[in-house]
Amino acid sequence: MTRDFDLLIIGAGPAGMAAALAAAPSGARIAIIDDNPAPGGQIWRDGVQAQLPAAAQRYRAALAAASNVQLFAATRVVAIAGPQQLLLEDDNSAWNVRYSTLILCTGARELLLPFPGWTLPGVTGAGGLQALVKGGVPLTGERLVIAGSGPLLLASAASARKAGAQIQRIAEQASLAALSAFTLQLARWPGKLLQATQLLDSHYRSDSFVVAALGSEKLEAVRLSQSGKIIEIPCERLACGFGLIANTQLGQALGCRVADQAIAVDDWQACSRTDHYAAGECTGFGGSELALVEGAIAGHAAVGEQHQARALWPQRARWQAFARQLNRRFALNPQLKQLAEADTLVCRCEDVPYSALAERSSWVDAKLHSRCGMGPCQGRICGAACEYLFDWQTPTPRVPLTPTRIDSLLQLAEAQVHG
Amino acid sequence: MIELSLDGQLLRVAQGTTVAAALYLGGDGNSRTSVSGQRRAPFCGMGVCQECRVSIDGQRRLACQTLCRSGMQVETQP
Ligand SMILES: Cc1cc2nc3c(=O)[nH]c(=O)nc-3n(C[C@H](O)[C@H](O)[C@H](O)COP(=O)(O)OP(=O)(O)OC[C@H]3O[C@@H](n4cnc5c(N)ncnc54)[C@H](O)[C@@H]3O)c2cc1C
Ligand code: FES
Repeated sequence: MTRDFDLLIIGAGPAGMAAALAAAPSGARIAIIDDNPAPGGQIWRDGVQAQLPAAAQRYRAALAAASNVQLFAATRVVAIAGPQQLLLEDDNSAWNVRYSTLILCTGARELLLPFPGWTLPGVTGAGGLQALVKGGVPLTGERLVIAGSGPLLLASAASARKAGAQIQRIAEQASLAALSAFTLQLARWPGKLLQATQLLDSHYRSDSFVVAALGSEKLEAVRLSQSGKIIEIPCERLACGFGLIANTQLGQALGCRVADQAIAVDDWQACSRTDHYAAGECTGFGGSELALVEGAIAGHAAVGEQHQARALWPQRARWQAFARQLNRRFALNPQLKQLAEADTLVCRCEDVPYSALAERSSWVDAKLHSRCGMGPCQGRICGAACEYLFDWQTPTPRVPLTPTRIDSLLQLAEAQVHG
Repeated sequence: MIELSLDGQLLRVAQGTTVAAALYLGGDGNSRTSVSGQRRAPFCGMGVCQECRVSIDGQRRLACQTLCRSGMQVETQP
């Protein structure tokens, strides 16, 4: 089956929803697809234990009310099936979608770095734990250490506390000087200052990072370096994330230029390839406010409403300045490159240890000599880790873009034969 | 409430619960065993790492991106 749309949007986070709503009044036939069961993306992820903020509910209601916008949830992009054509897969079937214009709103994922014990059950990402909790994972009575970097640590702590966790420590790797400078700047974005005050937590420590997760079958304690001192904290859970990295794979596969580890765009949010746009965190980390305004600009531009798009530029500039502060103040301490030991697994899919990678010269060399990046995550975790640890270049995405059912692949072959 | 089966045991969960949550609600939270024999559990929570893959009604699926449905048969990988 092939469906046709004027505008196809990949990702239904804040950027994708804003893009769809900006473009909808034009009357264009719009489809928005997302691999999660409900729209919202990361920050507005729905679930049994999620409380959606009013803004999220407003966007969802507006999207549902727009008769020319079709939302396809639990649907992922499997492959590029032809010019302006993608193969998608949902729970039941695979189908082709043809589009005139595409907006990539694929968001960001957490940077998850290897350290001894990071594969133990009980260890998750920081935003990762928040996502699991929203989906109903119980934390009642569990002791939790949160570590890594960025404002997401505090957001994750707030969700975990609501789900019953006892927060033992929030370890931020950034220095006190960097955090103070960041806080001073926050007054320029009063809403953010308020948010920060609401999230403040007495367990928060700067200059602190995870050294090891301890336990045999599952997590039993966490070893931290806290202002240069090594301490151990018994706990059932460790949530650890080192900031966000842009999901560029689909953009790369479509031939859109990537620069500074993000999809490159111009003032109209247009990519290097004509009729392709990108907005939100796949173009660089900047928070939901920036994602919303970028999405709206892309949506207007994609349907030829340059005037409306341009009117939003000043608002975008304001949130870009916030993004620059975030990226500067939470820059990672190079010491984090030394966390993995010789036997620490870097590739969690194929269980490839650090020692098998350290002497390799590049990602391709590492793949040839070990099975690093060859497993089902297709290097999304270990590739990003290696990029940080060894300064290797991003692995080029391969097809299928995600583990795929055989019947979907047969459909791809068919589409390619019949054009 | 929804009733599903997790490794042959009946489990009741609230509407909107992910299969990843069901793994914790009805078991030890683990989803699979790695190629070198380590037990693993959902890790990224957002459909990236593939650690949460389990068999759902005979198909390999991501537990963190799948909602529980009544009558669903979920099998972890021992
Ligand atoms: C785990 C996590 C938790 C976060 N929690 C918070 C928080 O609590 N507070 C906060 O201020 N910020 C949070 N953030 C930051 C957050 O990402 C941004 O503020 C905002 O959500 C970015 O919006 P976006 O639309 O650009 O991307 P996202 O919200 O990331 O949305 C992108 C969507 O596209 C989908 N997608 C990607 N690729 C494909 C594909 N190939 N096929 C189909 N669908 C696809 C993704 O699953 C996702 O639903 C979090 C980030 C992460 C990674
Ligand atoms: S927990 Fe990572 S893909 Fe589900």
